Amino acid sequence: MSKDPTIVAFLCNWCSYTGADLAGTSRMKYNSNIRVIRVMCSGRIGPTFVLKAFREGADGVLICGCHPGDCHYHEGNYKCLRRFHLLQKYVSQLGMDKDRIRLEWISASEGKEFAELVNNFSNKIKEIGKSKVRKTMEEWT
Amino acid sequence: MDATKNNKSKLKLAIYWGAACGGCCVSVLDVHEHLYDIVAAADLVFWPIALDTKYKDVEAMEDDFIDITLFNGAVRNSENEHMAHLLRQKSKILVAYGSCAHLGGIPGLANLSDKKELFNRVYLESESTMNSEQIFPQTKTEVKEGILELPEFYNDVRALNQVTDVDFYIPGCPPTSDRLLEVFTAIVSGSELPPKGSVIGAQMKPLCDECERKKSDKKQVKKFLRPWEVIDDGETCFIEQGLICLGPATRAGCGYRCIKGNAPCRGCYGPTPDIIDPGAKMMSAIATAIDSNDPDEILEIIDSIEDPAGTFYRVSVPAALFRKKIVENNVEVKIT
Repeated sequence: MSKDPTIVAFLCNWCSYTGADLAGTSRMKYNSNIRVIRVMCSGRIGPTFVLKAFREGADGVLICGCHPGDCHYHEGNYKCLRRFHLLQKYVSQLGMDKDRIRLEWISASEGKEFAELVNNFSNKIKEIGKSKVRKTMEEWT
Repeated sequence: MDATKNNKSKLKLAIYWGAACGGCCVSVLDVHEHLYDIVAAADLVFWPIALDTKYKDVEAMEDDFIDITLFNGAVRNSENEHMAHLLRQKSKILVAYGSCAHLGGIPGLANLSDKKELFNRVYLESESTMNSEQIFPQTKTEVKEGILELPEFYNDVRALNQVTDVDFYIPGCPPTSDRLLEVFTAIVSGSELPPKGSVIGAQMKPLCDECERKKSDKKQVKKFLRPWEVIDDGETCFIEQGLICLGPATRAGCGYRCIKGNAPCRGCYGPTPDIIDPGAKMMSAIATAIDSNDPDEILEIIDSIEDPAGTFYRVSVPAALFRKKIVENNVEVKIT
């Protein structure tokens, strides 16, 4: 049985997913406890996606988009950044560690950075511990 | 379901309150002289705010004896839960009436704290309380006359459908009397009822579609304001004036009473059908309106939003994906 935390990653199609793909084609090794979901733009990642991931049992959620100024749709990543900060404020209010959600910019050429990011984030989540969200929400007290 | 056809006698109507303020019951009276039409078509068999029917009278009824029960209020304690099950058993149609029964409502905000915190605040810490003996309500207390019982106070506030099977939802805080009359008239006239689980007396589109305030495509907010900080011009979209209005993620159908009264929407009609989590959708919309691409400035602007959980989930905490407080600090299962 794996004791690794479950991490859900939302990657934008144009930069970050391509970056992750580069890590793969370059045969870089990184932690395998990450579940990647490709979306067209980080601006598509609504707070609902992230909250749902935690409800379904994720221990951490990683969001990656194009670097500021590089968004394929001009400013989807800025919208993502604003939602991210607001979401962090909200989850802290409910008692969840806000570091369980992380936003980073990964370009199509940053395969190495992506691999390092996954390892770093995975270690950070190990430090914080297993998420209690799913269990808490399933319990009626 | 065809109560009117099988049974020539009048409809039997019940109205019950769980954890509620009484406003929903009053909204029924707000139909004014149409109350005579209701009473002409239906017998009120149970309505604690107005009639002296006891719980045991309800228990004595046959199953499905009541045609329609309007259940308002959230489920906060064991009494509310018992009555929810009982009325489900005795009613052909159970309607979650009002925001509290529909989504948890204002009492649902208590889910941002746990039972212990609430009890400490109310029975120990509140400024007007003197309770040096630290007495808390007990479910059973022995006195010389016998045992006194109080309902058990739950940790979680629940919406009605989290406790029992619900046929229809009529949203609102309180529902508008016009919508209630429409629904009631439809049932009495025997017209076909919508599919089970429908939200009735409300529309599918968001409130913004109905709102008559002037809206531009440029929603640019540099700082979010509280209503008292703004002198409302009476005609521009509230969000464009820097106020948080829940219109974008809320169902129309209320007749935008609050907006007409120059107050932003609080979301009492609940989310439109395609929304999974009402507050998350609203956070998404509000974040888009922030007029900055600079990370530090964005943080500053978000800082001006007081209490996101209480604002975006004003009436819907128990129905949200994160429906209650999460306790993470006394760390638990460490991953090795």
